[in-house]
Parts: sequence; structure tokens; C-alpha cells
Amino acid sequence: MGVRIGVLALQGDVSEHIDAFRNAVRTFGSERSVVVAPVKKPEEIIDLDALAIPGGESTTISRLIEKNNLFDPLIGFEGGIFATCAGMVVMAASVDDPRVHPLGLMDYKVIRNAFGRQRESFEADIAISGLDRPFHAVFIRAPVAEHPGNGIKVLGSITEGIVALEQGRFMALSFHPELGHDPRLHIRFLKNCKLL
Amino acid sequence: MKLEELRHGTELLKRGFASMQKGGVIMDVVNASQAAIAEQAGAVAVMALERVPADIRKAGGVARMADPAIVLEIMDAVSIPVMAKVRIGHFVEAQVLESLGVDMIDESEVLTPADEQFHIDKKQFSIPFVCGARDLGEALRRIQEGAAMVRTKGEAGTGNVVEAVRHMRNINGEIRALQGRTPQEIADRARDLEAPADLLLETVKRGRLPVVNFSAGGIATPSDAAMMMQMGADGVFVGSGIFLSAHPEKMARAIVEAVNHFDDPAAIAEASKGLGEPMKGIDVHTLKEGEVLQYRGR
Repeated sequence: MGVRIGVLALQGDVSEHIDAFRNAVRTFGSERSVVVAPVKKPEEIIDLDALAIPGGESTTISRLIEKNNLFDPLIGFEGGIFATCAGMVVMAASVDDPRVHPLGLMDYKVIRNAFGRQRESFEADIAISGLDRPFHAVFIRAPVAEHPGNGIKVLGSITEGIVALEQGRFMALSFHPELGHDPRLHIRFLKNCKLL
Repeated sequence: MKLEELRHGTELLKRGFASMQKGGVIMDVVNASQAAIAEQAGAVAVMALERVPADIRKAGGVARMADPAIVLEIMDAVSIPVMAKVRIGHFVEAQVLESLGVDMIDESEVLTPADEQFHIDKKQFSIPFVCGARDLGEALRRIQEGAAMVRTKGEAGTGNVVEAVRHMRNINGEIRALQGRTPQEIADRARDLEAPADLLLETVKRGRLPVVNFSAGGIATPSDAAMMMQMGADGVFVGSGIFLSAHPEKMARAIVEAVNHFDDPAAIAEASKGLGEPMKGIDVHTLKEGEVLQYRGR
């Protein structure tokens, strides 16, 4: 059976996520065929092995999830979810801003734009637990997480808060591995989901 | 994490910011309540202005950067990114907006140019810029100067999409026409386009501009927005088209909807129902010389 990975294509850096997953599969190698494609309808999501929720504007993505009747299908989704930036906001149990209605799939609270505006966006090498050397992370008007619940593994933190978390088949990141060329977090996620 | 290891204002951060806007609608607003309506409707960002382009046309005179008080009021009202316009070449207006903390600067032909020879040296700034373009050469010159995002110029404030269509066809048509050419032929074409050869080579290889390319200048209906998306735009700017329509709130939601479902005519039809009068447009052929904004900057 081939592996099917979808990228939620409501708004945001969808093509970068598609390229990054393809690059990760190519780098690691897979005996199974892997298809990565944009998805935006409930019926396109149900059969996927994994789904990426991309970076973008969380208020916009949250609104479009509801408008497109995706809220319940996403909560009921049984595959892996890889969420970056706005995706991490949408995955949370609670958000510091009533304009976003999060899915509550992972038990943490999220603070939007935790570092400030675009001029405070930054790149930095950060330590991620389980990776042998630092990960070059790109933070763009990024959120941070706090108060992770039981069962959540914190993969990375900086002074301002938690920036990487995982829980079984879920991974949520404040930063954008899809904008770089380092596939290690994608590979780790796909392995966690037993897709590589 | 050591503070000195942080890097701000890099090319990757600027272009990355632009990538996060993809598939979105950026709306012109002139005050906090319009900004809140735009955000509520699902805009990915707002453009803070003193007047929308159609009103700039009517007002005449020299159009300048907005009052910082208006820009700050709008920044306080919303959590989405806030952009603002500066005159072409006016690097001090850009410094002022950077100091206010706006998220992106639009070096825009909608305002009266301050420099007829040079655009702003955008690499000197830590925040990203978007610039207008009518053709591939102009787009690549702006990218060379440091623009992190390009938009078609179209003809702002007319509610007439014809020029945005022309400019999108110019850019994407030229890229298509160069597919399969040798590097030598592409370098030769770069001289005609007055574009940097290395950037043109990269563009042809990718089959698209190396930065995000939005459409702007005359989009007034959900179908206009969806047409620009089908023609290859990464997203759209809507200027006068929302707040000069009969029902701005409905129009804003409908255009977001149409961009989200740009390839689904039934969804565009649904979004277009009962919106009332769109903004009253202008036939661009009736504009007098001097009223045509797209010729500003080259």
C-alpha cells in the first residue's frame, strides 16, 4: 500500500510543505510509494495517512476550517498531523485570542505572535531533543506553547516558551522546517507515524 | 539560546513572511473598524491607508504615506499583519513605517512618486517590501532591489480588472515563452527586458517568479479575484473594491471565499449571491494622461 500525505490547502505556505515532505521521503528513502498532495475537502482528508497544517494566518485558516465544514473531520482524523506556526495555533487546546477557534487535538495553550511583529521574526539554531545537532529554525511572527498536558513531549524550548511538541502521531512546531532544507523533523514525524 | 545567534531581517524571513500570505486576500482599510471587519472576514493582512485608491484619485494633489496615527490605530485593532504604502523612492517614509513596526511596506505607484530615477534600496531594511510590476523585467528589477513579494500593478482605484489581467499575462506569458531556451538565449532576453540575467535564469528554471506574486489593481468582485487566482496569482490585494461596495462586510467575506475556492465555479456563484452593487468602476480608456497610475516607476 502506498502512503498518502495531504497538505491542508486553505491558505498559507502549502507548496513549501509539499516540497518538504517529498524531499524528506527522497532523502530517507522509502520502499512504499509516497504521494503528497494539497487537500481541502472533508472527503479528501479521511483516507490520508498524514496531514500537514501549514503556516499562514491562523485567524484566516481557523475561519476557513469552519466555513469548509472541516472542524469535525479534522478532530476525527485518525492519521498523523504535522503542524507548523499557524498549524500549531490551530492544534492547541486553547488560544490567547478569541478570534481563533482551535481544534483542541493537543493539550497545550498557545500564545500567538509571542515574539511581536515581523521585525521581531528571526532565525536561530535551536536544540531539539532526539536530534544529534541543532536545528536551524525560522520563526515568522511565531507562536509559543505553554502548560503542556500529560502525554505531551516537549521537544524544544527557548526563553519565551515551548517551540516544539509531539504526542504520538502529532507534531506541532512554532517555526517553519518547510522553509529550509533540513528534513530531520519531517523524517522523525513520518517514523513516529510508522510511514517510513 | 544566545542572543547574538539570532538573525533578524534576513532574505529568508522576508520571503518566508510573503509565503505565509499565499492563498489569501489583503484588504485596504482606512480605520480601526474597517480593519476589524477585514480580519473578521478572513483577510490575511490589511493595508493601512488614509484613503482607498479610488478616493486618492478623486482627491488629486500629492498622495503621501498615511498619518502614523492612523497606521498605529489599525495595528492596535487587529492581530493579522498590517502593511502600509510609501511613495516610490521615498526611503524616509519607509524608515518611518519600519520604526512604527508595520509588517510589510508597499512601495506603491498609487502614491505620488518621490524619486523618478531610483526605487528604494530595500535590502537596507529589516522588514519586507512588496512592489508593483507590469511585466517580467519590472518584477525582476524590483526583486533585485530586495522586494520579497511582487504584485501586478493593474490600474488601482478603477474597479476594472483589465490591467491586472494584462500584467499577469505579461509576467507569466513571458516565463512560459522562455521555457526550453538555452542559458545564452535567456541572457540575451534579459538584456531586452532590462532584467538581471541570473534572476531571469532562476525564474525560467522554476517556471515562476522566485518570490510570491499577488494580483492587485482593479479587483472588485469575487469572480475578478478567482480569475486572477486561476491565472496564477498566489493571492490578491483588494483596494477600493471592498469598502466602496454597497455591503463591505459581505463583499469581504465573498472575496475570501472566492479566493479559497477559485477553481470551483459553483462555490464562486454561491459567494457572489446578493452582494449588492460593487464599487462603481472606471473604463481605463477614459483616463487622461497623468491619471494612469501604472506608468509611475519602471
